[in-house]
Amino acid sequence: MHHSRDPVVLTKLRELGQEIYNQLLSGDFPKISIPSRSTNNIKFDNELRQFVLGDQRITRSAANIKQIRSFTQLMWVAYFASKLVKEGKSSTLRDLYYHSLNYGVKFRGQKESDDTVTDLESILEVPREAFNIFPKERSAIFGDLTIEYTTPEEYKGRRVNLASNPDGVMIGLSVAHAEFIETSADKVFAIEKNAVFRRFIEERVHKKYNAILVDTAGQAPRLARLLLRRLNKELGLPIYIITDADCWGMHIAMVIISGSANAAHLHELTTPDAKWLGLWATDIKRYNLPSFPLTKLDELRLQALEQDPRYRDFFWQKEIQEFKRARRRAELEAFSAHGLAAIVEKYLPKKLKEVQEAA
Amino acid sequence: MITREKFQAISPADFFYRNREIAGFDNPVRATYTIIRELVENALDACELYSIPPDVRVRLVSEGDSIYRIRVEDNGVGVPYEHLPSAFAQVLFGSKYTIRQSRGIFGLGGKMAILYGQITTHSPVKVISSTGGFEKYFFELMINIQENKPIIRKREILPNYTKWRGTIVEFRFEGDYARAKPKIIEYLKQTAIIVPYATLTFIDPDGVLYRFERSTTEMPPPPKEVKPHPHGVDVETVERMIQATRSTTLLDFLANSFHRVGYAIAKKFLKKYGFPLNKDPKNLSSKEIVELVNALKKFDDFLPPDPTSLSPIGAALLRQGIEKEFKPEFVAAVQRKASSYSGHPFIVEAAIAYGGGIPQPTPGEILVFRFANKIPLLYDLHSDVTMKVIRKIKWTRYRIDLNTMPIAFFVHVCATKIPYKTVGKEYIADQPEVEYEIEWALKSCARQLRNYLSKKEKTMIMQKKIDIYGKYLPLIAQFSAELAEAPNKVDLERVIRRVIPIHAPQPRSSSADKAS
Repeated sequence: MHHSRDPVVLTKLRELGQEIYNQLLSGDFPKISIPSRSTNNIKFDNELRQFVLGDQRITRSAANIKQIRSFTQLMWVAYFASKLVKEGKSSTLRDLYYHSLNYGVKFRGQKESDDTVTDLESILEVPREAFNIFPKERSAIFGDLTIEYTTPEEYKGRRVNLASNPDGVMIGLSVAHAEFIETSADKVFAIEKNAVFRRFIEERVHKKYNAILVDTAGQAPRLARLLLRRLNKELGLPIYIITDADCWGMHIAMVIISGSANAAHLHELTTPDAKWLGLWATDIKRYNLPSFPLTKLDELRLQALEQDPRYRDFFWQKEIQEFKRARRRAELEAFSAHGLAAIVEKYLPKKLKEVQEAA
Repeated sequence: MITREKFQAISPADFFYRNREIAGFDNPVRATYTIIRELVENALDACELYSIPPDVRVRLVSEGDSIYRIRVEDNGVGVPYEHLPSAFAQVLFGSKYTIRQSRGIFGLGGKMAILYGQITTHSPVKVISSTGGFEKYFFELMINIQENKPIIRKREILPNYTKWRGTIVEFRFEGDYARAKPKIIEYLKQTAIIVPYATLTFIDPDGVLYRFERSTTEMPPPPKEVKPHPHGVDVETVERMIQATRSTTLLDFLANSFHRVGYAIAKKFLKKYGFPLNKDPKNLSSKEIVELVNALKKFDDFLPPDPTSLSPIGAALLRQGIEKEFKPEFVAAVQRKASSYSGHPFIVEAAIAYGGGIPQPTPGEILVFRFANKIPLLYDLHSDVTMKVIRKIKWTRYRIDLNTMPIAFFVHVCATKIPYKTVGKEYIADQPEVEYEIEWALKSCARQLRNYLSKKEKTMIMQKKIDIYGKYLPLIAQFSAELAEAPNKVDLERVIRRVIPIHAPQPRSSSADKAS
């Protein structure tokens, strides 16, 4: 992963500028080639076990009246990114959207500016974090892990233990890029919900299970995914994902494992060895959990996932079929029906054993 | 008891007196309009046939009790002293008895106007005229209706120091200007369109001056007189021609007295229908003359009549007239090549004007200006062949929407004989040959308008493009220069010129092509 003043990124940005500038200088309308992110160019790579982009590229030309606006926006985002990197500052997608208004570059909404950032990611083949544009941070980490900051400048070398704050520590740029110094943990639990994350801390799961806890706060943001991957690759810790028993929870696990189609142009954000611990569809019956019928939207989503190449494996297909058969879903909090500690004391050890044995 | 029918001959003047409605004098409103129109047309003819750019002044004065005094002055060729009384006070006398295009045919209208004035006010007509010599002539005339003869009440020969040339006519009539006014003004305005080389001045009874200035002194060549075409004659005409001819054989007669007939064609014709070549035409019986006329009409090998007897104004002058009176954004004008129906040559000229001073259409109405031999036709638009053609053409093919676009149509038919549908002479019959020519004239105008509109649209799109490039390219240059860490030295004009020619094509403001 790149750092905030990455000279490689700066070079890439300069080269992009030169390519456009030279075309203008020789009197041509500038053109730029961008990897296509349309669905027919997104393929599942079995080796990387994630989505990757195919070879198709699209050309955006300033001569085309329909494209010149987005061409200008792209150049502005690149210009803005180079300023961020040169000055060692960071920004968010929302912040970038507001900045654009100062430069006479109009975006019709944040979706448009977000898409332009994604265009720049595909062209430079680096994630936006490399040019210091970050999503809103909402994920958190807790557990016995000592880290040393590498960024920003004045925090460099400072160390902190992530068990020091009982609310968990927010996973921002600095935490995600920090160096791992020391840990007593031998596994990581990634939890979909903040309420359950808190319950785990209160129930001392980190101690009882020797675990680091991560709150993904729904679909895991890129920095959380990056951190999970690093914990797995650098420290060799197995990652166990705990979600609701529904297609959405299942997909949160899948994105951590195999990545999202939206980020098919980016590699090194996935953790192929991570495991979905539960709640599985089959758990609803097994643990006699209070459940709800599926909504229309749930059923449609299930149909889509059934066709998704990431879900080809027998295990995933079995879960999808079970959801479809039972037409029920359950939330993590459902364990509370069996007592406050039920999930930690009864469910976790059983499932851990099963998953570990299966592996 | 047996009653005896009373047979009696009546004079032409008497005939028109009794049937004045057919000539447009049926009520005071219509009469006011018709009088001005007939006098203006005579004045224009007096100038045009001699290539004099007309300067026509009309003055109408109210004398109370619905009595008006009309005075029309022209700068035409003038009337010779000896012909003057008959020219103004004898119906069916005149110089227009020949076959060439002019506004009136029989010199009837002007005298009908005078006759109408006489019978409604019982006062004489006063005429001053000069051919530009040392004298001018003053006459005070009345018409002897029963005998169709001029009554000379007064005559004077006056010195003409200024070498003035022209004619002034003045008389009284009973009319209604207030209600005739819209048609009169419309008539003058449309005349100014079709005769752009004329200056028309009208002072109305309220003292208001209307002036239509000429925009050019260029005039179409005057029409030449031609002999009758064999397809266009009737028995009466042929009988008169036989009486007048000095030829002693049928072959000579045909070859000398008919338009576009030479000896070869005449011989072929006579042989085909079994007429003896050497027969003296004066010895033909009535029955034989009828046979001859029928054969003449049937024979297809006669060359079509040529258009030298016509005087169209041409696409350029038509356009000029329209531009002068409407100031439109675009005018497409065409002149079709000559055609003929039943032996009468004719030429159609047409124009379509768009935008500018042409008003937005009111629902269900189409702006159409019709002219026949340079006379505006103001009545019965919806019965006219032009309207039939306009309804027939699929305008959407030419990207023209008559409901929303400011469009005006102009159609001018020139002919030695206009195929009017009624004696009122206000609309043209749907003679197939005429209909065909009008259709194609309008279609080629429409094509030009379509081209203009699409060029205009292209120019607008081009302009829009330039604006967009002008907005974004500087930003691209700025950002890329900063990224490249280079000084911004981009010549954006040069880049834009890649896709847009330096002088982007401007839409043509007008177009006047001869369509063939």
